[in-house]
Amino acid sequence: MATAERYVGGGVLRKEDPKLLTGEATFVESITPQGTLYISIVRSPYASASIRSVDVAAAVEAPGVIAAFSGRDLADEWASGLPMAWPVTEDMKHPDHWPLAKDYACFAGDGVAVVVATGRAAAKDAVELVEVEYEERPSVTAIEDALADGAPLVHDALGTNECYTWALANGDVDATFSRADVVIRERYRHPRLVPNAMEPRAVVVQPVASAGDFTMWSTTQVPHIAKVTLALTLGISESKLRVIAPDVGGGFGSKLNVYAEEALCLALARRLGRPIKWVAERSEDYVATIHGRDLVQEVELAATAEGEILGYRVHLLANMGAYLQLVTPGVPLLGAFVYCGSYGGQAYSIECTGVFTHTTPTDAYRGAGRPEATYAIERAIDRLGREVGLDPIEIRRRNFLPAGENVPSPGGLVYDSTNYDGALQRALDILDHDAVRAKQASRRERGDPRQIGVGFSSYMEMCGLAPSQVLASLNYGAGGWDAATVRLLPTGKVEVVTGSTPHGQGHVTSWSQITADALGVPFDDVTVLHGDTAIAPLGMDTYGSRSLSVGGVALHLACGRVTDKAKKIAAHLLEVAPDDLEFEGGVFSVKGVPDRAKAIQETAFAAWTAHSLPDDEEPGLEATYVYDPPNFTFPFGTHICVVEVDTETGAVDIVRYVAVDDCGHVINPQIVDGQVHGGIAQGIAAALFEEALYDETGTLQTSSMMNYLVPSAAELPSFELDRTVTPSTTNPMGVKGIGEAGTIAAAPAVINAVVDALWHLGVRDVGMPATPERVWRAIQAAKRGGSR
Amino acid sequence: MHEISVIVNGVRHQASVEPRTLLAYFLREHLGLTGTNIGCDTSSCGACTVLMDGESVKACTVLAVQADDRELMTIEGLPANGEWHPMQKAFHEHHGLQCGFCTPGMILTAVSYVNENPDATEADIRLALEGNLCRCTGYHNIVKAIAAAVDAMKSGAARSSATA
Amino acid sequence: MIPTAFDYEIATSLDHALSLLQGGGDDTKLIAGGHSLLPLMKLRLAGATALVDIGRLDELRHVREEGSAIAIGALTRHHDLGRSELLREACPVVAQAASQIGDPQVRHRGTIGGSIAHGDPASDLPAVLLALDAELVTRRGEGERRIAAADFFKGPFTTALEPDEILTEIRVPRLRETSRSTYLKFSRRAQDWAIVGVAAVVDCAEGKIETAAIGLTNMGPVPVRATRTETALAGVETTDEAAISAAAAHAAAGLEPPFDTYATAEYRTALTGVLVRRAVRAALG
Repeated sequence: MATAERYVGGGVLRKEDPKLLTGEATFVESITPQGTLYISIVRSPYASASIRSVDVAAAVEAPGVIAAFSGRDLADEWASGLPMAWPVTEDMKHPDHWPLAKDYACFAGDGVAVVVATGRAAAKDAVELVEVEYEERPSVTAIEDALADGAPLVHDALGTNECYTWALANGDVDATFSRADVVIRERYRHPRLVPNAMEPRAVVVQPVASAGDFTMWSTTQVPHIAKVTLALTLGISESKLRVIAPDVGGGFGSKLNVYAEEALCLALARRLGRPIKWVAERSEDYVATIHGRDLVQEVELAATAEGEILGYRVHLLANMGAYLQLVTPGVPLLGAFVYCGSYGGQAYSIECTGVFTHTTPTDAYRGAGRPEATYAIERAIDRLGREVGLDPIEIRRRNFLPAGENVPSPGGLVYDSTNYDGALQRALDILDHDAVRAKQASRRERGDPRQIGVGFSSYMEMCGLAPSQVLASLNYGAGGWDAATVRLLPTGKVEVVTGSTPHGQGHVTSWSQITADALGVPFDDVTVLHGDTAIAPLGMDTYGSRSLSVGGVALHLACGRVTDKAKKIAAHLLEVAPDDLEFEGGVFSVKGVPDRAKAIQETAFAAWTAHSLPDDEEPGLEATYVYDPPNFTFPFGTHICVVEVDTETGAVDIVRYVAVDDCGHVINPQIVDGQVHGGIAQGIAAALFEEALYDETGTLQTSSMMNYLVPSAAELPSFELDRTVTPSTTNPMGVKGIGEAGTIAAAPAVINAVVDALWHLGVRDVGMPATPERVWRAIQAAKRGGSR
Repeated sequence: MHEISVIVNGVRHQASVEPRTLLAYFLREHLGLTGTNIGCDTSSCGACTVLMDGESVKACTVLAVQADDRELMTIEGLPANGEWHPMQKAFHEHHGLQCGFCTPGMILTAVSYVNENPDATEADIRLALEGNLCRCTGYHNIVKAIAAAVDAMKSGAARSSATA
Repeated sequence: MIPTAFDYEIATSLDHALSLLQGGGDDTKLIAGGHSLLPLMKLRLAGATALVDIGRLDELRHVREEGSAIAIGALTRHHDLGRSELLREACPVVAQAASQIGDPQVRHRGTIGGSIAHGDPASDLPAVLLALDAELVTRRGEGERRIAAADFFKGPFTTALEPDEILTEIRVPRLRETSRSTYLKFSRRAQDWAIVGVAAVVDCAEGKIETAAIGLTNMGPVPVRATRTETALAGVETTDEAAISAAAAHAAAGLEPPFDTYATAEYRTALTGVLVRRAVRAALG
């Protein structure tokens, strides 16, 4: 049944846009049920402190205040602590994590009390009236400091700041290294990043006291996971909790979590029987929403004198922050298998130690583990090339895994499909590499203060989380499937119910394209429902570039089930055997007799009236498919960044950025390009601008958009994009994820370019973010004779 | 409480507000115009941008009392005669939005700028957006959209002057 | 994001504003565009028991030529400074610097008087006024004062203004035909405060620099003049790159620049040498 694709791959405009363009969208902050009470949270100003006492009396007396509670006051509300779904080792240390701290606060921003008032301003005013007696204690925020002897402990009861050590090895690593001609040892530090979705977090809970029901609207990527886990934390029946993610203003992993404020709003709604609302102010969001990265890497490559990589040895120290949020411990593991990137080799080992510090917890931020891995290998391979005398192109080509399908990797994975040199070559063609190098050479020759550098990143990544059995082997607490339901309504219109939960990615449009083509119905006849556990009860939500390659494939397969049933009904109505029918453009027709036909909409009506159905068919025309992928998908590509570095000021300007990405078949080119653009911007931001800094007292210094530098349009270039298409073998649609690829690829391309611009001056490394001052210091150090 | 009188999207509103009420909250909570989003608390992100007497301002950094007697436009008021503004159309056609949270502020900043600089180039546009942050799009398509709107508004102006 | 509660009065004239300020308590503050004050009040880093809104005093909103000076009303917005034909012709460095403050939305609200009276050492216009030897006109009760820019900035967020005094006008000179000027701002992002800013006003005759005035932004608790560099530049040929570089190299000597999340003092010091050289060169054209 070769249905001509009409919408997939084509340029339809997004269905999501109209309400967003006109102010009709419903973000959580805009939801205020009758009688809503606002909460405001008292947060510890200290990174580490015992809580001696909490006095809420004055706050409760303030105008408009309904109640105020300390962590101890609410202790009985919790059936268990806040959820953590990924105990990566058997002996991992897992501290108690309550929605409000009871005995001690262990990061600046840890909630210690809550005020409930009739208005937002009243709640905020009353927070200042809560008297908390703290006993400040020494704190530690940097990974290495936390592991030093005598370091202040984040949780006394654990007796250590080491959360876990996890290891993986393939092949005989030590032997491989001992016989190598060349060994490269690099050490990289990844700054702590703040995700900064443009919509700050917010929660509204409306109780129906008489029924014991709760509806929660939350700025979440994961309403399904939130429903299961919050029911457990609150000790309420899962069936009594409905979670809705309405329009959600970006996530990037920061909303892939279950937060204290969600639990608090639920508990207070239960306790007070009134709707409860919390809206983060941005500076509150900076401390109360997860951070990302914050990792130290030691990376070793063993290679032949000709530059062929033989082995990989990686050691990681990862900052967990003060508590373990939903998947905090597992984030480094998401990169742990891909430190070999696009390259071959015989032996591979990695060890990762998670470390507690007095800081906001870290968790998944766009790319989660893979940007770190990609940065390490793409930086290190450049260094290897320098060592053996090969340029960045040749050293990559020499080590690329072969183009093909189901290619085994040194990290122990099987990559679905590869064509690494294809993407590299396309990127070189777009760049006009020789011309750029000629310009670079002439600037060098005349000692121009503005030097040019070219940086490569031939990344590959693993996404589409994830085969449930693989997750089981990694000790993750949930499955990796997703679900879709396709429902033809009596009038022939189509409702799609998806378990993926979009927050900017354009699922409604892409899912409509897939459905319209599979069923042969008009694009505009498809409605996509999502983000409400009462409407879409089955789902695993949106993160890890999984939506299309898991949820989209579920939809594709559910469409198949619907057309199978529709075909049987059509055959019954036409009084022929199903095998006698062909299906094209939404019409079942008898082979060779095109006039004898039933449109799929007619079968939907017949299924609804149920006046005449095949004997073994139920009325109604709908199907659900729950799809568990057999493997990850492995998108790849080459990004090339050209920078101009002002060697006098250290300022870095990106003058060209070329990206060739391969995510298999493309449903909506405009949306895919948009994902790549945004991903690159976040990668560039990490490479050049963003860094969360703590001072010596453990206070977050970069606690607002004024001094945590999310770049604007004025700081970023336009991007030159292209694609190669190498279909995935993991799924029947041949698709791969694309949500994180840009972020994964970009940072090493940028830093490699900066180092390339300054290599002739003796600079060998520049840390992230490559701020003007850091670049300037690297140049000064090189002038004084050696940066490393 | 202070009495204020403002024209918002062509409609006059009289209201009694606390002096500390920020214009952004006044629009959202008193007038129900929730298209004006609040993305930060340091006047950095521009999500709350509205037009005051035709010029872009950050509604989080204006007191409602300061807006007394002024004329405001929010994203809800931008379409004219039931038709989207060329800037809205361009954002749609060029995929200039993803999550859409920054979009009303982006569009109104752009409208204000292009009205005053009808020949804006892409470089001008990038600089004009220095006070508006977006975390989804990498700005590439936003800049493209505004550049397209510049052309559309020019030819629109040419058309209306030809028929005038 | 919600300031503490305060009283609010609209001043209907300068005299009215002065009397409200005089009659108010210690924490009575003026508000014009509000783009220095409101951000602090929203974060509750500053409070006020009462605000006197002078934003509607049209008598303080002008840019006009008065003799050899350009008189700028304190309520003139950055946006209007940037677009003022008179300034662009007679004292372009003010327009140029004003166009680099904040972002378009900020420039649509923020005023020169508010920016100056706030006394933020990272703010762009103070260094420009310093380099121009501008004069600041104030009113207190019936009395008017004229304060040289060099005497106005006393410390971070501290100025020569008395609590009940209002900055009413900024007077900058009409630059001579032979004067060249520029403001060079170095920041991480376009919308950010300057890490370092340099205002350069250079007078030339017969291929030589006659006098140079260099104002520095964010290189100490107050905006400062790079006097050693100014002296060293006097008499230098406009094409003598080496001499200009040498003069600029020590522009930050003796200064104590701040250390913050943007940059260290050491870097600011080195950067200033580079930026002063570039600003002088850019001014020379």
